Amino acid sequence: MGKSRINTNLIGLEKQDYKGSPTTLCAGCGHNSISSQIITAAFELGLQPEQVIKISGIGCSSKSPAYFMNRSFAFNSVHGRMPSVASGAMLANRDLVTIGISGDGDTGSIGLGQFKHAMRRNTPMIYIVENNGVYGLTKGQFSVTADEGQNLKYYGKNDLPPLDLCLEAIVADCGFVARSFAGDPKQVRPLLKAAISYDGAALLDIISPCVAFNNTSDSTKGYDWVKEHDDPLHDITYIPIQEEVTTQYNPGDTSMVTLHDGSQILLRKLDESYDPTDKLGAIQALQSANNEESLLTGLIYYDPNRPNLIQSENLVESPLVQLTTDALRPNEESLSQIMSNL
Amino acid sequence: MVNNLKVNDINDIDVDQNINIINDFSIQVATPNGSGSQTSNLVLLRSLFKMGIPSSGKNLFPSNIQGMPTWYTIRCSQAGYVARRDSIQIMVLMNPETALQDINNIQSGGVCLYPESAKYNFDREDITYYPMPVKRLAKESGVSSALRPYVSNMVYVGVLASVLSIDLLEIESALSWHFKGRQKLVDTNMPVIQAAFDWSRENLTKTDRFQVERTNSTDGTIMVDGNFAAALGAIYGGVTVMAWYPITPSTSLADSLTEYARLLRHDAEGHATYSIIQAEDELAAAGMIMGAGWAGARAMTATSGPGISLMSEFAGFGYYAEIPAVIWDVQRVGPSTGLPTRVSQGDLTACHWSSHGDTEHICLLPGNVAECFEFGWRAFDIAEQYQTPVFVLSDLDLGMNNWMTKPFNYPDKPMNRGKVLTADQVNENGFKRYFDLDGDGIPYRTLPGTVANGASYFTRGSGHDESAKYSEDPLDYATNMSRLRRKIDSSRETLPAPIVEHNKTASIGFVGFGSTDPAIIEARDRLAVIGVASSYLRIRALPASLTVSDFIASHERVYVVEMNIEGQLHKLIQIQSPELATKVLSLAHCDGLPLTASCIVSEILEQERGPNGKIKD
Repeated sequence: MGKSRINTNLIGLEKQDYKGSPTTLCAGCGHNSISSQIITAAFELGLQPEQVIKISGIGCSSKSPAYFMNRSFAFNSVHGRMPSVASGAMLANRDLVTIGISGDGDTGSIGLGQFKHAMRRNTPMIYIVENNGVYGLTKGQFSVTADEGQNLKYYGKNDLPPLDLCLEAIVADCGFVARSFAGDPKQVRPLLKAAISYDGAALLDIISPCVAFNNTSDSTKGYDWVKEHDDPLHDITYIPIQEEVTTQYNPGDTSMVTLHDGSQILLRKLDESYDPTDKLGAIQALQSANNEESLLTGLIYYDPNRPNLIQSENLVESPLVQLTTDALRPNEESLSQIMSNL
Repeated sequence: MVNNLKVNDINDIDVDQNINIINDFSIQVATPNGSGSQTSNLVLLRSLFKMGIPSSGKNLFPSNIQGMPTWYTIRCSQAGYVARRDSIQIMVLMNPETALQDINNIQSGGVCLYPESAKYNFDREDITYYPMPVKRLAKESGVSSALRPYVSNMVYVGVLASVLSIDLLEIESALSWHFKGRQKLVDTNMPVIQAAFDWSRENLTKTDRFQVERTNSTDGTIMVDGNFAAALGAIYGGVTVMAWYPITPSTSLADSLTEYARLLRHDAEGHATYSIIQAEDELAAAGMIMGAGWAGARAMTATSGPGISLMSEFAGFGYYAEIPAVIWDVQRVGPSTGLPTRVSQGDLTACHWSSHGDTEHICLLPGNVAECFEFGWRAFDIAEQYQTPVFVLSDLDLGMNNWMTKPFNYPDKPMNRGKVLTADQVNENGFKRYFDLDGDGIPYRTLPGTVANGASYFTRGSGHDESAKYSEDPLDYATNMSRLRRKIDSSRETLPAPIVEHNKTASIGFVGFGSTDPAIIEARDRLAVIGVASSYLRIRALPASLTVSDFIASHERVYVVEMNIEGQLHKLIQIQSPELATKVLSLAHCDGLPLTASCIVSEILEQERGPNGKIKD
């Protein structure tokens, strides 16, 4: 009895129920550790796997939905268009939990428009960018998040400045913008849980080193560089709604964020001055970190007040896909009335 | 007899006889775009229609907001013909820029109305001139100078009402209908019409012979545009997610959908049972309906040629991953930007074979506004039954112009939601997403959120096996593609069937689709008068029913009428029936204007005339 309790979650499922197929990505790929954090987060939150949809675009990152949560529904779409597919699915069934998986090429290049518009509409979804600064499947071209001046074996020097996807999200009015590092599961996991509890578009830009093409010591997307330059804003603890906060904390150096479902995240500040609800401050902090070649991680910007897409569309409570003919087809009299008014 | 036939209908109303011409003429109003003439034109059209005169209105407008020339043509035809006709009997010249060209388009014996201030030096003596005191009457109306250009256009309404004997009460009620009952607007415009009418009665001597007489020919009919009909059809078809991006000439479909869904589709608390999203572009609109259709929504978009090109990647995805969705293509002239405000049927093959790789999409081809309504709801049933994107090809003429029609019939079938398994069914029988259990090529699907062991699956545009697992296996690929082929083929005889009028005495037949229908009807009547009998088959869906092959086989020659350059339907038919290919001739014509009966008649006479000048048997 005691044993089974340990192994099952709130809805009685085991961690095994959240596993995916064996990965076909490279050994050591950051994406795999993100997948395993998604598995753990979903298990610990007690998500019903079939109520989760995994939507992706094209690229190494977009293959990864096959490697977690096999009991969930998945839609591996076309390049750069995960956000629109996710938006359509959410409008159709507002009860689903959407995990969007994309990469820096999928989101930052072809998908930049859809990315920003999904943020702007506040489409309820967890938008994960597995960001490695390079195109893996086509063998090592620079992506738009690659460092300016960086050299890669086959493509020489990158002359263009990188796009910062967190900055792009903030200026598009995304209300949950976080950055993390695939090699830091202690930070990734609470951020994932918080993103799932957030009822709107939540961006997780996770630096996820590409061991095949972009793990050099001078790449800001490599394991060594990130370990040396990671500048976490805070230590993060996710507190599910079921648990009372028992930890003693000093409000001076912690801040508490309550999410839409009542759960909370406790941010133990490492940078005393940082306030994640200050939009301009967040933009400035990101820009400064980029100038100083450090990697700011944690919950960078938070705004729970914008209505999400479902709310602004004023949809009925019941998912649209569950409506029956009665609700979907107006009666015959209404048609006669329209006809007689013409 | 044939040799004497005037095939160019520039003079096809007989004005030589000294008798009045009742309910059979075309009025053309030439204006600069954006000058506010649309209200006047629609009021005239509705007044004539409400007087029981079969009428149609066509707006020939430029891709421009203000300034470029626009022509609105109203055809009255007691015989009920509603196709475009070249000949104009009554011209209203409100655009000095085109006046000299417009004057030459008036049939001899016709009428020319123009503002007297224009001081034209017209040299034609075979037409009647009615100069109108537009400026004075507009000024005397007392409206502000800002509104004066609009009420100026009411002057020709009043003069025409007087000259043609259009009932002023009908004009007033058409105004009221147009302004949705806002009396203040009626009160601004009606006095100008009345003043122009009175001025005309006192000052003009009628020397033309055109006039209208009330009949009951339009009893029981309504007048609507195809985009409205399509939108209404979608609402009664239970559309739940509509994603779109503005593009002429499909925009008014989305606008009508928004207007009427708001009235018809909400719960008791006022929450919407649908979502309409103006997407950031057509790529996103297509992605949204794919996501929504996959999740179980009745999803649709409306676009035109350039949007079709942008959506093609998702069309291929939907075909391969088997996702229901409805894509309305209100066609305009391509390729590329083409003529954005002109009509064509040039997207047939682009839709039928949309996307890279082997695809073949079901296409519905409404030929009138009633079918726009009917296919508006049926398209969802078909998309969900076959689990595939369904294209519905309307066009600018059908979609944006006004057509007489019988009131729409309420859907006569319950919704067909296709093969969707419940959690219990999955638990009982298991589930493989792409397994052909029934042997009809149509697999079963589950919807995301279905909590059952084995209910979930991985939807992908990459190679997959019966269980939706990634596969590059040659046999998996070939098996899957041939099943898709069978699936689409199996729709052939269940889609809306061709409408066939088989004339046993005819050696030639016509095949057409879409908005060319009125021109073909009129052309056949005119050909019959000169002894050329014909049959007619109108295709309403692709893949086409084998009835088409039978039809070809039972005629000597079959002409495929369509508004494009390449003869796209002609080629599709030849591919479908290669053994009959030589009997099928192309009558493809596209210049951006709706097809005329004259165009068909002259082409047929050209082709059907033997070396001796006589029509072939």
